Amino acid sequence: MVKAEKEIANRPDNTAFTQQRLPAWQPMLSAGIVIPGFVLIGLAFIGIGVALFVTSRSIEVLEIDYTGEDKNSPCFKCSDQDVKNCVCNLEFSLDSLFEGPVFFYYGLSNYFQNYRKYAASRDDDQLSGDLDAFTSPSDSCSPFDLNGNDKPIVPCGAIANSMFNDTFVLYRVVNGVKKLVPLDGKGIAWWTDYNVKYRNPTVTPLKNAFNGTVKPISWPKPAYQLDTSDPANNGFINQDFLVWMRRAALPDFRKLYRRITEGEYEKGLPAGNYSLKIAYNYPVLSFHGTKKVVFSNVSWMGGKNEFLGIAYLVVGSLCVLMSIVMLIVYAKFKFPEDD
Amino acid sequence: MYSLECLPSSKERLGKNRTVVTSFTVDEELSLLLKTYNGNKIRTSKYSLLSFLPKNLFEQLHRVANVYFIFLAALNFVPVVEAFQPEIAVVPIILVLSVTAVKDMWEDYHRYKSDHSINRLPCHVYSSKQKAYIEQRWQDVRVGDFVRLSCNEIIPADMLLLYSSDQRGVCYIETANLDGETNLKQRQVVSDLPLQGVDSPLESFHSRIECENPNNDLSRFRGYMEHPSGLRVGLHNNNLLLRSCTVRNTETVVGIVVYAGLETKAMMNNSGPRYKRSQLERHLNTVVLWCVLLLFIMCLTAAIGHGLWLNNLKDPVFMVDTETSPALAGFYVFWTMIIVLQVLIPISLYVSIEVVKLGQIYFIHNDLALYNQQLDSRIQCRALNITEDLGQIQYLFSDKTGTLTENKMVFRRCSIFGVEYPHEENARRLEVYEAERAEEAAGRSVTLQSGRSRSLSCRHSFVSLHTLTAAEEEEELTNHSQPSTRAFCSRVAKEVLPDPELVRKLNWFLSPALALSGGSSGSPSSLELTYITDFFLALAICNSVVVSSASQPRHVVREEQTPLKSLEEIKMIFQRLSFSPFLALPILSPPKIKVSPLSFTHRMFARGKTGLLNISPSSNSTTDESESSLEGHLETSSLRPKEDLSSRLMEGNSGQTDFREVKDDFIDAKMDGARQDAEDLTIEEDCKSDTEEELLYEAESPDEAALVHAAKAYCCTLRGRSAESLLVDLPGIGSLPVPLLHILPFDSNRKKMSVVVRHPLTGQVVVYTKGADSAIMDLTESSKGAEEAQETSRHIREQTQNHLDSYAREGLRTLCIAKKVLEEEEYQVWRKGQLLAENSIENREEMLMESALRLETDLTLLGSTGIVDRLQEEVPETIEALQKAGIKVWILTGDKKETAINIAYACKLLCPNDQLLTASCGSKDACAALLLELQLEVQRGGVPAAGNPGKSSSGGVAGFVLVIDGRMLDWALQDELKEDFLLLSCSCKAVICCRSTPLQKSQVVRLVRDHLSVMTLAVGDGANDVSMIQVADVGIGISGQEGMQAVMSSDFAISRFKHLRKLLLVHGHWCYTRLANMILYFIYKNVMFVNLLFWYQCFCGFSGSVMTSAWVLILFNLLFTSVPPLICGVLDRHTAAHTLMELPQLYSASKVSVPSMFWITVLDAFYQSLVCFFVPYFAFAGSNVGVLTFGSPINASCLLIILLHQVIESPTLTWIHALVLVLSAVSYFGFVLLFSLFCVTCSPPTNPLGVETLQMSEPLFYIICAVTTVTALIPRLLFRALFNTCHPSAVLKSAQTDRMDSENYGKKMQRWNLSRPKNRLPVCADNLGLEP
Repeated sequence: MVKAEKEIANRPDNTAFTQQRLPAWQPMLSAGIVIPGFVLIGLAFIGIGVALFVTSRSIEVLEIDYTGEDKNSPCFKCSDQDVKNCVCNLEFSLDSLFEGPVFFYYGLSNYFQNYRKYAASRDDDQLSGDLDAFTSPSDSCSPFDLNGNDKPIVPCGAIANSMFNDTFVLYRVVNGVKKLVPLDGKGIAWWTDYNVKYRNPTVTPLKNAFNGTVKPISWPKPAYQLDTSDPANNGFINQDFLVWMRRAALPDFRKLYRRITEGEYEKGLPAGNYSLKIAYNYPVLSFHGTKKVVFSNVSWMGGKNEFLGIAYLVVGSLCVLMSIVMLIVYAKFKFPEDD
Repeated sequence: MYSLECLPSSKERLGKNRTVVTSFTVDEELSLLLKTYNGNKIRTSKYSLLSFLPKNLFEQLHRVANVYFIFLAALNFVPVVEAFQPEIAVVPIILVLSVTAVKDMWEDYHRYKSDHSINRLPCHVYSSKQKAYIEQRWQDVRVGDFVRLSCNEIIPADMLLLYSSDQRGVCYIETANLDGETNLKQRQVVSDLPLQGVDSPLESFHSRIECENPNNDLSRFRGYMEHPSGLRVGLHNNNLLLRSCTVRNTETVVGIVVYAGLETKAMMNNSGPRYKRSQLERHLNTVVLWCVLLLFIMCLTAAIGHGLWLNNLKDPVFMVDTETSPALAGFYVFWTMIIVLQVLIPISLYVSIEVVKLGQIYFIHNDLALYNQQLDSRIQCRALNITEDLGQIQYLFSDKTGTLTENKMVFRRCSIFGVEYPHEENARRLEVYEAERAEEAAGRSVTLQSGRSRSLSCRHSFVSLHTLTAAEEEEELTNHSQPSTRAFCSRVAKEVLPDPELVRKLNWFLSPALALSGGSSGSPSSLELTYITDFFLALAICNSVVVSSASQPRHVVREEQTPLKSLEEIKMIFQRLSFSPFLALPILSPPKIKVSPLSFTHRMFARGKTGLLNISPSSNSTTDESESSLEGHLETSSLRPKEDLSSRLMEGNSGQTDFREVKDDFIDAKMDGARQDAEDLTIEEDCKSDTEEELLYEAESPDEAALVHAAKAYCCTLRGRSAESLLVDLPGIGSLPVPLLHILPFDSNRKKMSVVVRHPLTGQVVVYTKGADSAIMDLTESSKGAEEAQETSRHIREQTQNHLDSYAREGLRTLCIAKKVLEEEEYQVWRKGQLLAENSIENREEMLMESALRLETDLTLLGSTGIVDRLQEEVPETIEALQKAGIKVWILTGDKKETAINIAYACKLLCPNDQLLTASCGSKDACAALLLELQLEVQRGGVPAAGNPGKSSSGGVAGFVLVIDGRMLDWALQDELKEDFLLLSCSCKAVICCRSTPLQKSQVVRLVRDHLSVMTLAVGDGANDVSMIQVADVGIGISGQEGMQAVMSSDFAISRFKHLRKLLLVHGHWCYTRLANMILYFIYKNVMFVNLLFWYQCFCGFSGSVMTSAWVLILFNLLFTSVPPLICGVLDRHTAAHTLMELPQLYSASKVSVPSMFWITVLDAFYQSLVCFFVPYFAFAGSNVGVLTFGSPINASCLLIILLHQVIESPTLTWIHALVLVLSAVSYFGFVLLFSLFCVTCSPPTNPLGVETLQMSEPLFYIICAVTTVTALIPRLLFRALFNTCHPSAVLKSAQTDRMDSENYGKKMQRWNLSRPKNRLPVCADNLGLEP
C-alpha cells in the first residue's frame, strides 16, 4: 500500500476550501431583498430624522457679531488697530427664558486654525510639562520658539502666540442696574487635555519653572498669570488656553468661553435685557475675519443643527421612493418570466 | 605525457576549450587548471546571511514602485514640504520592503535547504591515496575525479563514460529529471579505452580530454580524448552522462567528471520560472497613469489654491511664516500634497496583485478537476502572473498529435505488397476498448484487476516541471529509489489482433505442404511472402526500441547465443528458398524445402502449446531469457507427442539443439498437419501470449512501440538489443541475432529513419527504412531490373498510395516501410563516408545527414502502416465549449491534410454542414488569387465576418472552415498577403493548418496576436510546439508522451486537453473577474479616501492639512483596508463553477472592462467621498469641532463605506470574507481607540489623545456615521439591484445558482468521500478490461 499512497501523492486535497466550494452567502442584490430593505431603512431614517429635527428645533441659539465693521456697531470704535485696551458694551435682550444650561461661546470666522504650518507650530513635550523643552523648544515652533534675544518662548509656537484674548463680562440689566451674571470657567476644556495631555511642570511656585523663558510675543501676561483669580487655573492647564489649543477643524468656528450654570441662572437666562462688556483685544479685521459671541443650549445631539434632521428625512424618503421604483422595475422584469 | 610546450597557457585555454585530466595528475599546471573549474557544489540561493540585506535592498530598489515610495519618504525630509513626521513617512516603504524581503528570504531559504541536501548526497569517488573508491559528498566532487556509480544511482555531475560493467560498454540512463523523458537512453563508453575493469588501476589513465566550454545544449557535446600515445578519439553526446540523470540497467559505471556543479548542462538549463506580463497589467498601467494625472491635477489645484489664498490674506494672526511668497508657498504645497495624497497612486496594488495571483495559482494548482489520476499529476503553473489572461482568450491554437489525441499509437492496419489488410478484428477491439473507457469515465470508479499486481509502467512518472531546479531534485531522489516502469505499453497498444488473411498468408508460407498442394485460392507468390517477412522484420528492427523484461524492468535481454538451429543451416534453407526480393523467382522446388519449413510450422504450433501448458517459469530469468524460452519450446514440443522425449530433454537441459531433435519435431508435426489450418489463428494468439508477459518495449516515440508490437503480433518479435546486434524471433525460426551495422536515427528534416543490418538469413547488407510517405514515396526506385519486377513495383506503389490516402482520410497516421539491398562494395564505400562523418567534430550533424541521404535512395517499397492515434477523452466537448465561449480554435499540425480534417471532424471542430475551404497552391500569385476567391465565397455564403460561432452553428451552412497547407501558409504569411489571409481566417469559424512546420506555427500565432491584437493561447505537447507556445500570450504544455520540452516552455502544463475547459472557462473567468474587480476596488478605495483629504483642503486654505492623525492616514490603506481586496481577489466566485462550465457563453459575455469601469468607479468614489466628507461637514459647520474630532466620524464612516461597498460588490461571501471584514473594522477601531487612550505626545501635530474615546461616547458620532454610510452606498446598491434584476446574464446566473442547492452539494461530497478509498488503489486504466 505504500506504493498506492505514492500513486496519488500529488492528488489535491478535496476540501471545500481548496476546491473553492466554501458555503457562501451570495448577496445577489435582487429586488426581493432590496425593496424590503430600502423600505425598512427609509422608515427608520425618517423616524430618526423627525427626532433629530424636533430636537434641533428645541435648541435656542443667540449669536451676536461684535467685530465692529459696521459703524453702528458698539464695538466700531475698537475695530481700529491703534486703539489699545478698548472696551465695548454689547446690549441685547431676551424675550423669553433662554433655557439652561446655557453655553457661552466666542466665535471667529475666516480664521484658519487648521492651516498646516499653524497647526504644527507647537511643542507637545513642552506643553506636557517637560522642563527640557522649556529651555529648548522644538523646531516645530519656529519662528515662535525664541525671541529676539534667543530666549525661549514658553509656551512656544503660533497657536499659543495667537491665543484669543478678548474677555467678556455678562450683566443682566434689571431695572437699569447691571447685575453680574456668574460665568463658570471650569470644565470647559476636555477632561483628557486638562488631566493628561497638558501638564504644568512640578515646580512650586509655578513661576519658577518659567525662569529664563519669555512669554509669547502677543501675550500681555506670562502663562503663569493667565488667571489671576484662580491660581490653579494657570500655566498650561488654564482652561481658556486648553480650549484655544484644541484647534478648530473649520475656518468658521466657535469656542466655548463659559457656561452659565450657577445660582439663579441654573435654569437658564431669564427674559430681560443684558449687557455684555467686551475687552476688545483680538485683531481680525485685517484678514476679513469676524468675531461673535454665541449663547446656546445643547441637547443629546450637541448644538443646534437642522442639517442632520433634514438629511435623515431626505435620505429616508429617498429610500422609500427607490423601493417603489424598484418594485415597478421588478414587476416589469421579473413577473413575466415567472409566468 | 604530452609536451607541455604545445599546450596553450591555462588562461587561453579557458577561453576556448576545456581541458580535463585526472584530478591526481602530476602535472602541476594542469592540476591548477582543474582547480579553476567549478566544483560540484551548487548554490542556487541568491543571498547569504550577510549579503541578504544589502543585496535584497539593492534588488528591490530596482522596482519603480519602491523608488516612488522612497522618493516620497525622502521628500518628507525636506522641511518646507514636510507633511508628516519623518518616521511616519517611512512606514509605507519599510512595510513594503520588509514584506517583500520576508518573501524573498523565505524562498531563498528553501533554495538553500535543497541545495544543502543535494550537496551532501553521497557518491563514490576514486581516491589516489587510498587506491580505492571512497564515499564523498557531491559537493566535494571535482572536475577530473573518477566517479563510480551503481544501478539506479543519480549522476552527480556531467561525466564522460569510461567504463561500464556491460560487456558491450553500454550504459543506460534515464533522463527524466532533465527533460522528463522516461525512456532509457543508451550511452557508450569512450572507444579504445585502456580502462579494463572497475578496479583497474586508474593511475594509469593519462589521457587528456579536450571538450567545449560548458553550455546548456543538452543534446550536444563535442570534444576528443587524446591518449598518451597521441591517438585522438572523438567524444560526443553519446559518451556523456548528464548530471541528475539516473543510471539504469547497468551494474557499475565509472566516469570522469568534465563539468561540475553549476557548469553542468542540467544546471545551465535551469532558468527558473517565467515572467510574462498579462494584458490586465498593461491595462493597469494606463489606469495608474490616469491616477497619476488625477494626483497631479489635485496637487496643482491645491498649489494654485494655496497661492491664491495666501495672496488674499492680509496679515492674519494665525500666519506663521510671512516671508515666503505665495507662489513659492504654492509650489511647496504641491509637493506636500503629493505626500499627503500619495495613496492615490496604487503602488501597493502591485504588491497586492502579486499576492492575489499566488492565491489564484494555489487554487488552480489544487483543483481536483485538473488532476490526472492516471499520471498522478496536477496542473503545473509555471508562469505565476498571467492567471487572468486565461479568462480573456480569444484565439486558441492547438497542436493535434498528443494534444487533441492521446499520442498513444495503436497499430490499426497495414498494406503490404500493395494488398490491404483491414484488420477488422483489431478495429473492433479498439472500439470495445473505447467503450470501456467511456464506461469507466462515467463510473468514475476504477477497479483494479487483481490478477495484475504489477502496475504496468503506466505510472508515467510525471516529473515536475522544475525538474531542473534544485528544489525539485530532492524530491526526485526519493522517487528513484523505486524502479519505475515505462509508458507506451498500454494493453491496447500491445495486443494487436492479427488480420486473418495476413496470418493465413504467413502460415501458408510457413507450411509448404499447403503451398505444394494448392497454389490456387489466392495463394500468395513467394515474392509477396518475402515482402511480408521483410515488412515485419523491418517493423521489428527499424527502430530504437529498448527491450526489457517484465520481472526486471529495464534489464536488457541478453543476446541469445544459441539459436534454434545452427545458423548455417537456416541460412542454407533460406538461400534455397532464395529470398531475394528483387528476383521474382518461380515457385521453389518442393524437395528442397521439404524438411525445414514444415519444422517451422510445427515449431510455431508447439510453441502455441507452450502457452497453453503454462510452462515457461524460467522465462523471467534476466540474462538467458531467450534461451530458457527456447528450452520451454523444446520441452513442450516434445511433451505432447512423446512423454519420454521430454524427460530426456529435461535431463539434457542444455538448450543445445541438434538437428536430429528438430527432425523429431518435424515428424510430430506431420502427424498433426491436418489440424493445423483450423488452429491458425489460435497459434498466432498463443505465439503472442507466450512472450507477452516478458517483454517491455521502451521506445522514444509511441509510433515505434506500436509497430514493434504489431510485428510481435505476427510472431516477429524483437527480443533484445545490443550495440552490435538485435535479437529477433522470426516466425518459425526462433531467435536469431541480426547483426546491426548502423542506425540512422530519425530526423525531422529527413522524416525517416533507417537501420543497416546484415540479413540474418541471406547475409546481405540490407537497409530498412521507415518514414513519412512523402519522404519515402519519392525515393522508391522506379525502374530497375526486369520488366515484370518493374511492373510489380509500380503496381505496388500505386496501390500503396491509394491505401495511404484512405488511411489518411480515416485519420490514421501513415508510415511507409521500404528496404534496400546493398552490394557489399556499395556498402563498404558508404560505410567509409559514414565513419568519417561519425568521427568528425566539425559539422558532424551535416555530414551525418548527408551520409544518410546518400544511403536512403532507390528503396523498394514494402508497404505501409496505419496507426491510430485516438482522441483524448472529452476533446469534442471541450472544443465545443470553447467555441461556445467565443474562442476561435485553430488547429496547427504537421500532419497530412486528410488526417487533420478527419481529426477536426472527430473533435467536432468541423460540423457536417460546415463548408470546407481548402487552400493549397503552388505560387504566391496563385495564393493571392485563391485568398480573394475564398473571401468572395465566404461573402456569398452570407456568414457575417467574424461571426459568432456559437450563434452560427444553428444556421443552415454553419460556417466556413479554412484548411490551409504548409506551402500555402508560407505564401500567406508573407507581408503582402497576410492581411488577406487574416481577413479570410477571421470570417471562418475555424482554421486548420496542416503540414505546418514549428516555425510556421509560431508565425501564425504571432500574426494573429499582433495584427488582430487579440489574446492568444497555444497548446501543444511536443518539441515542435515550443516556439508556438512561447509566442502565444498564454502557452500551455501538455505533459504527455513526448517529453518535457513543451512543458518546460509553457506557462501552464496540463496533462489532458479536456482540462483546458475548466482552466479557461472557470479558472480563467474567475481569475480575470477577481483581479479586475480587485483592481477596481483598490482604485475606488484609494480615490475615495484620498478625496476626503482633498475636500478638506478647501477648508484649510489648501495648506496640506489633514483632519486625521498621520498614523491613521498612513495605515488606513496599508493595514485597515488592505486585506479585504486581497480576499476578494482570491476567493470571490462571481459565478458558480458549474454554471460557467454549463454556460460557456458567460466566458466572453460577462467581461469586466477595466478602462471603462475605471471611470465609473472613480466617479462613484468621488460621489462617496463627497457624501462622506460633506455630511459631517454640514453636521459640524459652525460648531466648536476640533480638527481630529471632525476627522473621526469621517474616517469611521469611510471605513464602513469601503467595507460595505465590498459586501455589495462581492458576489459570494464566505466566512473568510466575513472574518476579514470584521477584523478590518475591529483593527481600525481598536487602533484608534488605543491610540487616543495612550498617545500623549506622539504624532504631533495631530495628537489624537482622547478624541476617539470622546467621539465614540457621543450619539452624534453614530448618527453621522449612519447617514453618511447609507447615503454613500445608495447609488451603488441601487445600481446593483437594478442590474441584477434586469441584466440577462446576471439573471441567467442567478437562475443557475438557484438550481444548485447546498443539499445537493452535500450529497455529492458524501458520494465522493465514499468512493475515495477505492480510488486509492494504484490504477492504470490502460490495464483494464481486456484481461482474460
